[in-house]
Amino acid sequence: MERVHRGVTNAVNTGAGRAARPARTRRNPFAGTGGALALALPMWLVFALFFLLPLAVTVIVSFWEFTQYSIEPAFILRNYADLFDGCLEDLPYLCTTLKTYLSTLKFCFLVWLTTLILGFTIAYFLAFHVRTLPMQVTLFLICTIPFWTSIVIRMIAWIPLLGRNGLVNQALIGMGVTDAPLEWLLYSDFSVILALTHLYALFMVVPIYNSMMRIDPALIEAAVDSGASGLQTLTNVIVPLAKPGIIIGSIFVVTIVMGDFLTIGIMGGQQIASVGKRIQTEIQYLQFPIAAANAVMLLVAVMLAISALLRMVDIRKEL
Amino acid sequence: MTTRRTFLKGATALGATSLAAPYVHAQEAVTLRYLSTAVNQSPAIAQKASEDLGINIEYIAVTTDDVARRVITQPNLFDLVDTEYFALPNLVPSGNLKGMDANRIDRADQIASVIREGTVDGQMVGTDGTAPFEVLYLEEETGQSFASDPSRWITLIPTTYNADTLGIRPDLIDGEVNSWAALLDPKFAGKTAILNIPSIGIMDAAMAIEATGEITYGDKGNMTREEIDFTIDKLIEAKRAGQFRAFWSNFNESVNLMASGEVVIQSMWSPAVTAVRTQGIACKYQPLKEGYRAWASGFGLPRTLDGRKEDAAYEFINWFLSGWAGAHLSKQGYYPAVLGTAKEYMEPYEWAYWYEGAEAEQDIMSPSGDLLEQAGAVRDGGSYEERMGSVACWNAVMDENQYMVRKWNEFIAA
Repeated sequence: MERVHRGVTNAVNTGAGRAARPARTRRNPFAGTGGALALALPMWLVFALFFLLPLAVTVIVSFWEFTQYSIEPAFILRNYADLFDGCLEDLPYLCTTLKTYLSTLKFCFLVWLTTLILGFTIAYFLAFHVRTLPMQVTLFLICTIPFWTSIVIRMIAWIPLLGRNGLVNQALIGMGVTDAPLEWLLYSDFSVILALTHLYALFMVVPIYNSMMRIDPALIEAAVDSGASGLQTLTNVIVPLAKPGIIIGSIFVVTIVMGDFLTIGIMGGQQIASVGKRIQTEIQYLQFPIAAANAVMLLVAVMLAISALLRMVDIRKEL
Repeated sequence: MTTRRTFLKGATALGATSLAAPYVHAQEAVTLRYLSTAVNQSPAIAQKASEDLGINIEYIAVTTDDVARRVITQPNLFDLVDTEYFALPNLVPSGNLKGMDANRIDRADQIASVIREGTVDGQMVGTDGTAPFEVLYLEEETGQSFASDPSRWITLIPTTYNADTLGIRPDLIDGEVNSWAALLDPKFAGKTAILNIPSIGIMDAAMAIEATGEITYGDKGNMTREEIDFTIDKLIEAKRAGQFRAFWSNFNESVNLMASGEVVIQSMWSPAVTAVRTQGIACKYQPLKEGYRAWASGFGLPRTLDGRKEDAAYEFINWFLSGWAGAHLSKQGYYPAVLGTAKEYMEPYEWAYWYEGAEAEQDIMSPSGDLLEQAGAVRDGGSYEERMGSVACWNAVMDENQYMVRKWNEFIAA
């Protein structure tokens, strides 16, 4: 019984500590009218120069005219109209743009799911099953080893494994599992999801692990002592408390996959469309305005996805 | 109007003034910034030019499409560009290139007739697409439109050109392949590839579709919207039926697809076939009855080039046409602008193999000393006259390029 008590007291204490925090504020030497603004200014300048300005240019250019060798200031909606050309008339068949976005969203969802399952499991193992901190750090560093090489190399390394005459197919045929090589291992949705999961699982592991490390072990003990089963502890204690990490990891993965064209290109044998690849093709053909329009649409899509994620948890409060 | 160009101009000017070195009177070696694709940038040529002329060549390597993009958006960041003729209908109206004075090019009149007139041995070759002779001359030095007759102002001086066809893996294919239609033959379902570079990919597709007899194009290199629609519909049909294993967008991807056996027949570039072969894997650059898709690349000068840099550029180009570079490129399978001078720098047996379609009397080596072919081999497609004489079309940018790129994206998304 004593253990339960301690857990409860602990929880109460944490709550009290949080409530008491504002009282701790000391006199800030920079407080006053201009002080805080001056402190924020460098950050604002960087933000304005490297984020707001390029973004504004992209939005402006998306309304410009273009030919094959020039772009000219104008205010036309043709680029957006071209983007959605046939989208209404062709219904119920999907137009190119919708199809491309849908395919990109599909990869987003599937990769989110696989990285979440993988990331959560690995983080859980590191946080709760590995007992000593040095061991945790060691295992954690091992997780980062793939990040020592470039993204392209990590991706290309799959090709000799998965190819028609690759190691996996040779092994399967050697073991008598199949007679003919499995074609869908490479240049398919499967290989794209596999490579993306491999590339981005760590982005899920890190924030979830971080959240889990902050969970007070006493809470878990309290749950166990109150008679919760392992699954109940997981769903009622660990998952809710790890939620900020899950959401942050999800934001990383979703934004990266939405803009990815390299992995989808290489692992999909260039046969699978992605919004990023389309923008790249348009830029190569100097169709900057239409590429800009596409980029604006992609940005809107990503922001919608993120605002949906943020609705699930108040990150500001949790950090 | 503040375009990106003027902004960049301002930025470079600012950089130049603030970084200007103290004035030095001595004639230091001129450095020419040479913009082109990596394939055209041989370190040996830069080294030899530096030895012979005392001019430093600084390569800037980008992809085919990027070369054109840089000429349009960053014309101050190179001194010499090696770009494809088919990009000219976009580059010349931009006004960023200037005509080269034929009077300052020593061998302007010896440039291969296939480039100057579109003829081989007096016979006209196919001119679908952007044939070099159609875009070779300007009305005046700073002209922004092409001259219909030969003039003093040349747009590009050829560096390399060639005739492209399909590459095949003869060891993995039963029977003969003799038509572009093979690319769409269900026999090779799941084992073919084409390029994901829209302007070239659509030409290969057009060669294949026309070979099946379903359509005859007015001009494959300048399709109408209906022709583009038809071509893309056919491609989508083939893609849905699983005809293609992959699409490739750079040289190395095409080599890997072929060498690994993922693909047994695909559009390919000549040096890629050589690269597969040097791995000891059988690969053939198969001549086809419908002919070749040709391309040509050449030197152009940015409009802003002047003074010693301009002199050095002319000097380098004249040196390039004087034989050593031509021979060097010939031994990689390209054709140079001036054949006669290249011949002087090649062994007779090499010339016979590369140009006359003869059996190799000795082993054929690459310029870097790798074994390319053993004695007794014959070049795929035969002699210069047979290969360049069978050109059916040239790489091109269509008038309906914008529409074509949109439809191509549709094909990729299908």
